Amino acid sequence: MSPRPISCEEVLARLFAYLDGELRDVEQAEIDRHLEWCRDCFTRAEFERRLKARLAQAGRASPPERLRERLKLMMARF
Amino acid sequence: MRRDGMVDVRNDRQFFQSEVMRLMDRLYGTALRLTGNSADAEDIVAEAVARAWEALPALRDRQAFGGWIQRILTNVYVSEWRRRRARPMTELPNESVPDGELEFSLFRRLHQPFLLWWGTPEHAFLNKLLRRDIERAFDALPEPYRAVMVLVEINGWSYSETAECLGLPIGTVRSRLARARGLLQRALWSWAKEAGVSAAAGPAPGRRLS
Ligand SMILES: [Zn+2]
Repeated sequence: MSPRPISCEEVLARLFAYLDGELRDVEQAEIDRHLEWCRDCFTRAEFERRLKARLAQAGRASPPERLRERLKLMMARF
Repeated sequence: MRRDGMVDVRNDRQFFQSEVMRLMDRLYGTALRLTGNSADAEDIVAEAVARAWEALPALRDRQAFGGWIQRILTNVYVSEWRRRRARPMTELPNESVPDGELEFSLFRRLHQPFLLWWGTPEHAFLNKLLRRDIERAFDALPEPYRAVMVLVEINGWSYSETAECLGLPIGTVRSRLARARGLLQRALWSWAKEAGVSAAAGPAPGRRLS
């Protein structure tokens, strides 16, 4: 069964839940299908996806050397 | 893999040390985004590493070490560090979302017909966005919003995992996340304008888009 056609408004309302992987399979499929033919929503989705990827990178940072030393000392006593 | 003999303890320690060192950027980066400052982030990482070592015998699947220690670190922040701060962080004066915040969309600001003459301004914007811009935008979020953002965007947790960890209803996680995204995109937009990033993507400086 092919997914129900949905409007751009419905896509936008659920876009973040979609990108976060929070939709049920059937809802996910509805949006996948819409994005295959709607360039506006596809462009929007790509932008938010790339921004999300950039945000995830903010969770990596090079620690100061003193933290490395502190952990090495701590783990040497384990 | 049990720690009931000398050889196993040594293996455990080697495994543990190399994993911690391998995951260091991620552990420290997460702690830094949660706390917003290096001194607290360092303490949280150290505490998480100490607890992870204590709990290591309970970890069955060693492939899961990364996610497992990330969870320990997040719990250290949520259950202890956060509680020790002066302000209780679970209550917000007003959980309702002003329309402007929720509606704010970087994409809409960037993806405008007159900007499209220059190609794809939203991609130009992302390409010019500095790592530092994103870090500042994260760190400027009020703590309750920041915590939800870190758990969802950085840890990659589901809304329900996030709700459980923070002791919040899932609806509150959804509304805080929406608000956090609005605030964060607004901050990125205003700094981008200040830095002339959006100008590079389109109109002459001084032209108001907002
Ligand atoms: Zn559409």
